[in-house]
Amino acid sequence: MDSVLPVEDRGGPAQPLLLASGLRKHFPVGGGLLGRGRKVVRAVDDLTLSVAKGETLGVVGESGCGKSTVARLLIRLLKPDRGTMVLDGDPVDEPHGITVNELRRQVQMVFQDSYASLNPRLTIAETLAFAPKAHGLPAAEARDRVRDLLAKVGLEPDTYAERYPHELSGGQRQRVNIARALALRPRLVILDEAVSALDKSVEAQVLNMLVDLKTELSLTYLFISHDLNVVQYLSDRVLVMYLGKIVELGPVEAIYGDPQHPYTQALLSARPSMDPRKRTKEAPIQGDPPNPIDPPSGCRFRTRCPFAEDVCARVEPPLADTGRQEVACHMRVAGSGHSKAVA
Amino acid sequence: MFLYALRRLLYLVPVAFGVSLLVFALVHLAPGDPISAIVPPDAPQEVVDKLKEYYGFDKPLPIQYLRWLGVTLTGDFGTSIGTGRPVATEVMSAFGNTIILAISATLLAFTLAVILGTAAAYAKSRIVDRLVTLISLMGVSVPHFWLAIVLVIIFSVELGALPPMGIGPENSTGWRLDGPHLAHMVLPTIALSVIPLGVVTRTVRSTIKEILNSEFVTALQAKGLRDDQILRHVLKNAAPTCLAVMGLQAGNLIGGSILIETVFAWPGTGFLLNSAIFRRDLPILQGTTLVLAFFFMMLNLTVDIIQTMVDPRIKRN
Amino acid sequence: MTLQSPSLELGAPLVQPIATAGGRSYWQSVRRRLRRDPVTLICAGVLVLLVASALLAPWLGLDDPYKTSMIRRLYPLGSPGHLLGTDELGRDMFARLVYGGRLSLFMGVTPVVCALLIGGLLGITAGFLGGRVNMLIMRIMDVFYAFPSVLLAISLSGAMGAGAENTLLSLTLVFIPPVCRVSESVTTQVRGFDFVDAARASGASMLSIVRVHVLGNVLGPILVYATSLISVAIILAAGLSFLGLGVKPPEPEWGLMLNTLRQAIYVNPVLAALPGVMIFITSICFNLMSDGLRAAMDVKA
Repeated sequence: MDSVLPVEDRGGPAQPLLLASGLRKHFPVGGGLLGRGRKVVRAVDDLTLSVAKGETLGVVGESGCGKSTVARLLIRLLKPDRGTMVLDGDPVDEPHGITVNELRRQVQMVFQDSYASLNPRLTIAETLAFAPKAHGLPAAEARDRVRDLLAKVGLEPDTYAERYPHELSGGQRQRVNIARALALRPRLVILDEAVSALDKSVEAQVLNMLVDLKTELSLTYLFISHDLNVVQYLSDRVLVMYLGKIVELGPVEAIYGDPQHPYTQALLSARPSMDPRKRTKEAPIQGDPPNPIDPPSGCRFRTRCPFAEDVCARVEPPLADTGRQEVACHMRVAGSGHSKAVA
Repeated sequence: MFLYALRRLLYLVPVAFGVSLLVFALVHLAPGDPISAIVPPDAPQEVVDKLKEYYGFDKPLPIQYLRWLGVTLTGDFGTSIGTGRPVATEVMSAFGNTIILAISATLLAFTLAVILGTAAAYAKSRIVDRLVTLISLMGVSVPHFWLAIVLVIIFSVELGALPPMGIGPENSTGWRLDGPHLAHMVLPTIALSVIPLGVVTRTVRSTIKEILNSEFVTALQAKGLRDDQILRHVLKNAAPTCLAVMGLQAGNLIGGSILIETVFAWPGTGFLLNSAIFRRDLPILQGTTLVLAFFFMMLNLTVDIIQTMVDPRIKRN
Repeated sequence: MTLQSPSLELGAPLVQPIATAGGRSYWQSVRRRLRRDPVTLICAGVLVLLVASALLAPWLGLDDPYKTSMIRRLYPLGSPGHLLGTDELGRDMFARLVYGGRLSLFMGVTPVVCALLIGGLLGITAGFLGGRVNMLIMRIMDVFYAFPSVLLAISLSGAMGAGAENTLLSLTLVFIPPVCRVSESVTTQVRGFDFVDAARASGASMLSIVRVHVLGNVLGPILVYATSLISVAIILAAGLSFLGLGVKPPEPEWGLMLNTLRQAIYVNPVLAALPGVMIFITSICFNLMSDGLRAAMDVKA
């Protein structure tokens, strides 16, 4: 069986393409004698998300909230301490499911373009051909696929195939990164800050290209970014993260139109307005982001939340359904003990 | 800080064990029967028995090692085959002489290196920079034992100005702070200091040059600081890297001293080691190696800790 | 004796991920820069000359370096028939120096090559696999690192006894830890780059990832470091022979010759210093070449 052909859909449109449950990843940080009493960075804690087929799920949050860790967990560049993953009905890395390698055939990632995302010693063609060849595609067909991929991302194959990364601009390099992610014909593409490093005009081109590719190749996107406007433009649903946990989740219109978590509200109001008459006098959030090594007890956002009360320190709010979206806040949970909770 | 030092010390314990294992194994690396390696054919029976007991040659190797380790930790390094005296005393007195030489060479090398390196980094003229680079290249490339011989040729043979060997006049074995003894120290110190001079000069020059080109110095100049005030900042920033390299070189001086001491017949651990090898005096070989290795480890540890204190950026794991 | 740690000396990371524009592939640009560097070219020339003379020695029409003569001892430089004089046993110095180059160069280069293979393999493995394998390998290296290199070489040689083979063995053992440490450090750096993550994410086997992505980026700095070790090795090997621990007489070897000619410093000092001059020149050339190589590969320059 040719392992480089695209994988077929199995569960139909209702089954989520990717379901990750209870993901946990803690990083030990130095300290203590002989490794005892070590502190941990609680990057991702008990996180559950699902990605529906054909959608674009946007993930937003500040630096250090764990978004990149989630991305790396989903593609298994990091092994989760706890939690399971199910890809179109098949459990991942478990006896009766698919292997991590098979996961990687279907889930690929586009990295933020830094100096380090393309091997400077290889030509573009060699970089793009690496993955297909590693999965058994013969050299001649790999060459064809490389040309095909370059054309798809708008780079003329004859010009760019034999170039080296340093001869390309930032936008072109990012197109190559996207081409690389598509080389194995995946179903889900995780974009981790994929356009963050680009100039605004180039960013627009790349975003539009991503939209076109999604339709053309029937892709599903997980789009991670700290840029709220870009996420709004691209996403169907949005997930808001804070210190390793999900605080709000829902359709993009609901999140942006009626944000219910105090953090989401603060994030959205922090966007500078193009209207000079609307000036923000006060910072919407107080305080510094707390340390992921020692997150606050109960609700992690309480130290910066203007509505925090005792119950917020004692009990961690569950992600509750409030109609159009899900929110992790005691104010939205009936009978939680918060003064503002709808009884 | 104390916790960090303690952690580093504990971390050294397994390494220290490894070192002792290696030193212990030296005896068994020697060709032939281990017993004959450490006992001269005409040794008196008590010495033979004592050494046999010390090493426990009839027992299996792990037991031998543990026994040897136990005895060594009490400070008893065995008896020298050549002189019959305790190894510990011989090594310690020789070590003192080596330290004297090492300290003077260190002072000379590092002082000169900082001056030359800073001058080269600041120099506007290419000639000064080229000259210093040349000097440091020479320093790094020269076989120091050969340089020692050349120095002897020039200053002792041709000019007759400085003594060619020994620690003091009339073969004195001790060191005192007086003219003749200082005269005996000059040539060995120069020979020993050359390589560290080369390495540290290069490091100082490149580190300071890099700092001078950095944006924060431009910011300081924009703030209107005088040159000498900026120099203080520059030196503070250059300190961690340079100290690290200096520490490394100080340790390597121990190795270098072995060859230099041989040329000058300076009665230090290097000279002791050399003669021990030729007399096939393995207890001295082991004792000296052990002492030198541990000194080196402690020195590296100290340099590490000082570096952490000086450079707040370093967060050791 | 110095085994410099390049990361401390340079201050900048060893691996620069992107080459500057101009010149197509990275190695092509390195070659071009090397060709343009006069100092490196001169040193390369000198070394080629030394190596060639060493290899071709038997066919150069020189005097027999082993032939002693009791009457013709310690002739000064420029004596008829003996361009560089004769040594303490009447052997022609020129021949001794040329033949001595064979052993001295061999004793310097071979341990470094062996250490490069063994230490490089260990270091790259430790750097790429990380975790416990890394800890185990580096801990063992730490034990050797606890010794100053000269001390280690001398103790090992001292215990094993004199002789060229023992010297080769002990020198190789002395150089494996530094090469391993540098390899591990560079490999760990490269492994942290995104393109390696991307390669891992593509599901390729570890071996092909190392072969295609890691090796090309790692071998450069390791090679530069190894060349800087050659001059140290030559001096160390000569030093061991000087102490009588290395090559045994009557073999010609520069370090050994320095030792045996010591008695001549009162009679013919220049002669006595000659073998050291050869060591010095060779060492300078290797150091300059190593610097040149590093500069050619340092993309910021």
